[in-house]
Amino acid sequence: MIEVLDLHKTLGTQEVLCGVNLKVTSGHTHVILGRSGSGKSVLLKHLVGLFQPDAGRVLIDGENIAVLHERQLGPIRKKVGILFQSGALFDSMNVGENIAFPLRESGIKDEAVIRAKVAEALEMVDLAGEEEKTPDNLSGGMRKRVGLARTIVSRPACILYDEPTTGLDPIATDSINHLIRRLQKRLKATSVVVTHDMKTAFHTADRIAFLHEGRIYFEGTPEELRVSTDPLLVNFIEGRSGESD
Amino acid sequence: MFPAIFQAVGSRAIGLLRYVGQLAFLVRETVVSIRVAPMRWALLFKQIAEIGFRSQLVVVVTGAFTGAVFSAQTFFQFHRLGMDSAVGAVVAVSLFRELGPVLTALMLSGRVGASIAAEIGTMKVTEQIEALRAIGVHPIDYLIVPRIVALLISTPLLVAECIGLGIGAGYLVATKVLGVSRAYYMTNMLAFTTGRDIKMALIKGMAFAGLIGFIACEEGLKTANGAAGVGRAPTQAVVIASLVILISNFFLSFLLNIFFPAGSY
Repeated sequence: MIEVLDLHKTLGTQEVLCGVNLKVTSGHTHVILGRSGSGKSVLLKHLVGLFQPDAGRVLIDGENIAVLHERQLGPIRKKVGILFQSGALFDSMNVGENIAFPLRESGIKDEAVIRAKVAEALEMVDLAGEEEKTPDNLSGGMRKRVGLARTIVSRPACILYDEPTTGLDPIATDSINHLIRRLQKRLKATSVVVTHDMKTAFHTADRIAFLHEGRIYFEGTPEELRVSTDPLLVNFIEGRSGESD
Repeated sequence: MFPAIFQAVGSRAIGLLRYVGQLAFLVRETVVSIRVAPMRWALLFKQIAEIGFRSQLVVVVTGAFTGAVFSAQTFFQFHRLGMDSAVGAVVAVSLFRELGPVLTALMLSGRVGASIAAEIGTMKVTEQIEALRAIGVHPIDYLIVPRIVALLISTPLLVAECIGLGIGAGYLVATKVLGVSRAYYMTNMLAFTTGRDIKMALIKGMAFAGLIGFIACEEGLKTANGAAGVGRAPTQAVVIASLVILISNFFLSFLLNIFFPAGSY
């Protein structure tokens, strides 16, 4: 469904992506691992057209979205939803209005339908009945859940997660990991998860790609990554910086 | 030393050209959006309430006290020459052609420009603008167009309000406090104020509305570096908009005087 071919992107003077190739199979969860600043989020945002590549192609269902203008990306963004690292909730709206926003924008006018869909989305992220809360009254984990509810309410075929567990405590992290897995099963959506959290990676992934120095350094199953003897991968998995006291 | 000076001047000039280019790009995107995207009426009315209705107090106070003090100062000077009856005409023409539009625009750049830049800047650094795009909503359609159109509608009305209050306050000060004849005041004011002055005021109001709106939106959209950036955006918006209003007013006065000449009755 999603294919990235020889993707290049320079931000400022730094070449962040230098020839990334990646294939994401429909219905599976792909995790993109990498150190902070390795370009994982930049790569993820290319998949929904939030970044335009300097070179290369991003194919969604065979259509190269890298050449599309902002106004031509509307149909693609109905297929691919993204959960932002901060949740990116609209702070001028309450929880219910945030989740209803994509529905209203897609032209649904029937308030009863909107209310039902919002309630269902909130139930899926374990926040049933929280429609009236405002974003500033939510914890970090709750903001991500509401952001996720807003992403899934219009049933995209693919869900992108940008650092879904960053900044959360271990219990909330585990809860989000289960939620990603549960939604993948329930919605049958293709998922791409960007993270540097190994627990999230091993819990959610069907396949894992490791981004290093702007390229995919490793691509395989979680088991293949677990048994790898490559020092770079081993150090990353075990969280070793290589420094001594 | 001289190369360093040239380099500094050149760098500033390039920066200025780049900024003008970015503004021109934003104007083009806004015009395209107005032409191709449906107007979001609810957002437009909300912005008219925010920008127009809620700015009235500051504009009314500015207009009234400027008119009052300008009337008094004009009287103090003209009285020595025995020209008390000209006070009304001078106050009205000045308010229509210069003071009304410029003061309204300066007050709006502080109240509205700062607010627009801060709001859009906050949305930018908290990924809310990217979230809009990810949902398939063009930020220009949703954030920029309603604000610019609301400013274009509201500002000429606020300019008219400012001028009206200024003339009213000037009349009261001149006739009730300083003893100028009401009949002379009104007769001369009406004789020397023409439809051209009113058109000039409204055109200037619209021009300044565009400048405030586009500069504030541009400052908001280019906000970066978290809270520090959000803090800087409104300050930049107000400073740049105020300077551009004052400078462009000079050229606009000469340009508009070709089409709406002063003093020909």
